[in-house]
Amino acid sequence: MTQVAEKLHPWVSAAPPVAGPRWLQALRERGTARFRALGFPTVRDEEWRFTNVSPISNGDFRPAGPSPVTLNRLAQFIYGDAAHRLVVVNGRFSPELSRLDGLPQTVRAGSLAGVLHGGQQEDSDLAQEHLGALADVDDRAFAALNTAHLDDGAYVFIADGAVVEDPLQILFVSSPDAGSGAPVSHPRLLVVAGENSQARMVETYVGTGGSYFTNGVTEVVVGEGAVLDHYKVQQESLAAFHIASMHVRAARSSTFSSHSFSLGGKLVRNDAIATLDGQGAEVTLNGLYLADGERLVDNHTTIDHAQPHCPSHEIYKGILGGTARAVFNGKIIVRQDAQKTDAKQTNRALLLTDGALINTKPQLEIFADDVKCTHGAAIGQLDEDALFYLRARGLTQAEARDMLIHAFAGEIIHRVKVEPLRLAIETELYAQLARDLAEIDAA
Amino acid sequence: MLQVKNLQAQAEGKEILRGINLEVSAGEVHAIMGPNGSGKSTLARVLAGHPEYEVTGGTVLFEGRDLLEMEPDERAREGVFMAFQYPVEIAGVNNAYFLKAALNAKRKHHGQQELDAVEFMALIRERAKALDIEQGMLNRAVNEGFSGGEKKRNEIFQMALLEPKLAILDETDSGLDIDALKIVSHGVNALRSPDRATIVVTHYQRLLNYIVPDYVHVLSAGRIVKSGGKELALELEQKGYGWIEAA
Repeated sequence: MTQVAEKLHPWVSAAPPVAGPRWLQALRERGTARFRALGFPTVRDEEWRFTNVSPISNGDFRPAGPSPVTLNRLAQFIYGDAAHRLVVVNGRFSPELSRLDGLPQTVRAGSLAGVLHGGQQEDSDLAQEHLGALADVDDRAFAALNTAHLDDGAYVFIADGAVVEDPLQILFVSSPDAGSGAPVSHPRLLVVAGENSQARMVETYVGTGGSYFTNGVTEVVVGEGAVLDHYKVQQESLAAFHIASMHVRAARSSTFSSHSFSLGGKLVRNDAIATLDGQGAEVTLNGLYLADGERLVDNHTTIDHAQPHCPSHEIYKGILGGTARAVFNGKIIVRQDAQKTDAKQTNRALLLTDGALINTKPQLEIFADDVKCTHGAAIGQLDEDALFYLRARGLTQAEARDMLIHAFAGEIIHRVKVEPLRLAIETELYAQLARDLAEIDAA
Repeated sequence: MLQVKNLQAQAEGKEILRGINLEVSAGEVHAIMGPNGSGKSTLARVLAGHPEYEVTGGTVLFEGRDLLEMEPDERAREGVFMAFQYPVEIAGVNNAYFLKAALNAKRKHHGQQELDAVEFMALIRERAKALDIEQGMLNRAVNEGFSGGEKKRNEIFQMALLEPKLAILDETDSGLDIDALKIVSHGVNALRSPDRATIVVTHYQRLLNYIVPDYVHVLSAGRIVKSGGKELALELEQKGYGWIEAA
């Protein structure tokens, strides 16, 4: 036990965040205490059975410092010219790289540290009310670790009734700094969408190279009747560790839709947890992931139906090559009061090589009796009959295969409503696929 | 155009074709009939290059070239077309997009310029009309959610676009009502010309009222046991297959 405590010590005491209001200190202390008690998860932990994080827990990490990243370097990760953007580098909000001048008055957004250490009373109050309210630190070690370090990141507060036309991008960048060893950052994002507001946002995680660890937490509060269209693009460097959780609470008659695209990283864990917390709330959690080489991508989702008359939709699809591994765990909870729930879950994975592997598990916990819950999983190679059909019309084996793979991914990509984002995802995904398929053809 | 000599094939270790001999010349329509399990669909699929079947003997020449040496997609680009008995549903692939890719693959193969989107749309609009193909069918995923009749019409529509030298219809009439049968037959007849040939695989004589064959062959247990003119089909219709199998 002493040994464990010593090993965890540097993770939670290496850089004590600067002080702040008492509630914030209390929140951090709770994160620290919970992380110390929980320690890093191991494969003996049911939620982490197939994802071994010892490369992180045994790794030589230190807190990330400032990095002189330029806007030019980030151009490929910024979607469209008109986007409002918040840029966070190595866990620190960057006013220089961000662009907020065009934001309508109904949206307040910027540096989380700015709000925590001053700023307008109204914003501090919102931060105090919502930070840590959704991200559970009792059972989630990485969320606890993030909370222990909670000091900066970004916030987006959308006023009641506001309709935000242009998408808002929140770009989290990991970039090499002056120190030696791999940097770790704990970025935090807080989104509060007011009643009957409408907005579209893209959360992007990228790296400019090398090995590092991003440990992010996002909390999203969707007010009554609000419509929030959310995208997450994980495009970390291929030697990076990415562990992040998104915690959503959808109020009565609100609509929250999220699409997760996991395209980078060496060891990736995405947790998406959404609670339908008012009648008529509707949640969509869709995802597409690609892994090749020896990479690991783990998606854990939880859709928690806490109230009656709520539909939820979920489609996760993966494409795996090399000796990549993937994990999909889709939990749907239907609480006793949540009658007339309509929950649909689909999980499909395409294995391009014999060496690729996926562990998949739907997990339905239903405590109400008048509900509709469906789930389906399909794992496998490309459909031989479809391949032959296309070839019988003159397409080569490779053309037929590419057409089927693109169709497979397209089902998720076509749902992206922000066009420059959709194009960027297509470009990145198809470029990676082309490399993987060329490798398979050469073998 | 097509010379099949002593063709033998098996699937999963089971011998299905036991020495087929068939010669099809340009301009001709041949009907292959026979009871269930006689091997008539296998013959169609072997000619198209279906990977499920292993050719264990014999030769097939298509315009003097060894057809069995060609990959399925090369056969298609060279002008062999099989209308599937069970057209495959392909989720996520737009029907029009697929047709354009198929047509351009063939054009490229023959050194012709690929059609751009505008030229292609003009072409399919013209061909779609004759086969009663609605715009909606073009915008949907290939065969996905199509009725049985729509799938078969879509096969013949593909054939009309690709203009094969040798068309092989694998039980295209099965499951069609009389109206759909007429539409499909009309599509096939429209393509008849002195430089093309058609092989119609069918269990029933009904289709042959509309696509009138020059020759009828009867398959039984993997061999052609009887050949004749179109009147043979009528005889089969009246007497059934029993008298041939018994012979």
